Amino acid sequence: MTMPFYVPPEQLMKDRAEYARKGIARGKSIVAVEFVDGVVLLGENPSGTLQKISEVYDRIAFAGVGKYTEFEQLRVGGIRRADLTGYAYSRRDVTAKSLANAYAQTLGHVFTQEVKPFEVEVMVVEIGFADEQSHIYRVTYDGTLYEETRMSAIGGSAEELLAHLDASYSEGASLPEALGWAKSACSSVTDNGIAGWEGAVLDRTLGRRAFRRLTDEEIAAT
Amino acid sequence: MTELSGDGLVLEAGTPASSFAALLRSRDLDPRWETEGQVDAPEGTTVLAFRYAEGVLMAGDRRATAGNYVAHRRVQKVYAADSYSAVAISGTAGVAIELVRLFQTELEHYEKIEGRRLSLSGKANHLASMVRRHLPMAFQGLVVIPLFCGYDEQEEEGRLYSYDVVGGSYEETDYAATGSGGRDARLYLRTKFTDDMSRDAALELALEALVAVAEEDTATGGPDLKRGIYPNIVTVSTSGYAELPEDEIAAMARTVMERSP
Repeated sequence: MTMPFYVPPEQLMKDRAEYARKGIARGKSIVAVEFVDGVVLLGENPSGTLQKISEVYDRIAFAGVGKYTEFEQLRVGGIRRADLTGYAYSRRDVTAKSLANAYAQTLGHVFTQEVKPFEVEVMVVEIGFADEQSHIYRVTYDGTLYEETRMSAIGGSAEELLAHLDASYSEGASLPEALGWAKSACSSVTDNGIAGWEGAVLDRTLGRRAFRRLTDEEIAAT
Repeated sequence: MTELSGDGLVLEAGTPASSFAALLRSRDLDPRWETEGQVDAPEGTTVLAFRYAEGVLMAGDRRATAGNYVAHRRVQKVYAADSYSAVAISGTAGVAIELVRLFQTELEHYEKIEGRRLSLSGKANHLASMVRRHLPMAFQGLVVIPLFCGYDEQEEEGRLYSYDVVGGSYEETDYAATGSGGRDARLYLRTKFTDDMSRDAALELALEALVAVAEEDTATGGPDLKRGIYPNIVTVSTSGYAELPEDEIAAMARTVMERSP
């Protein structure tokens, strides 16, 4: 009878983390930054149909990086959860905090219990009404949940992107201005030029459904 | 299906379905009214819709009745289904309002998951299947008959659909009406409907029809100038769904009431 090798838990977690991190680093990153009417999200995406940024609910958006099928599963799960909550209670009762927690639990569970961890990092963004603060949550592959203020980035080059954004950020910027920072941040971490943009905004001036995709022309113009 | 977390976020293996109604059914959360025998619940009455130059106009009175008394005076019977379509209800008000809420969620759910809106005929067919599912309840007296209209983004024209109790869906070319005063409304519209009406002419016709119906049918509430209760009137055109401003409806209602015989 063969005995299974003993692998110390520290080693096991380290290996899994490294595996997930490598997978995430292969894809492109996404940034989010606040502007006067809401939050703008931007990332490089050569595909016009396989999207990484999506509407989840009236004032909530989702962004995912890493393995497409895995964060798509999380995106759909999030929309289902949000619509069920909103239908069962009221539209006001759907919050980014609850959604981010669910993602954190799911990713944490997969990280420790499944054969392989999800190679994804996700962001949940919610804009507040009039003067309320916006919430930006970031969940990593192991289910660690971060709350960020004003700006955030997910993906392999998140740290460089954040440093770049932080240097240019100022409060109360217009959409073209904020979009400009996001574009220059994304361009700064690539050497090969950008193959295509994907961008969207949560804009509190749009009414009930605050999510709007940015057109290619709109992104190119800034 | 695997439950991945204790708090309800479920990730299903395989292709995710885009239907919210199917999701509700799978969780045993879909709205049901199981009754033995007859129920007497408040009923919504007259709603109508017709084409005009820019798209479709839809209007509904505000009264709900239970037997021979007025149950509610300010019921909303015309709703946005999504940004390019509208739905109006007649029949058992409570059931119908829930049906509309489910229909709205279904359309938005599909749009978010698939990244595109359902086609107009897709929306109409889905509504038909929802009415069909309610057939057993119609036998208990809980009848729901909607009216649906929208702007077809592919064909670039306004279209309207009427339904019957078994979920039959009928596309109408010019006008449609349903509810207790539906027959009177159709009669009125048949004599006054013309092609390519302007938005103002369409608003006038809608109010004239509702005022005329309210004269004939006690279950239909005409404009109530004293309490400030006016019909809900909406349009769906190239620019999408729009509710007409209440002061515009009020002014036109006053004009129509004053000259009505």
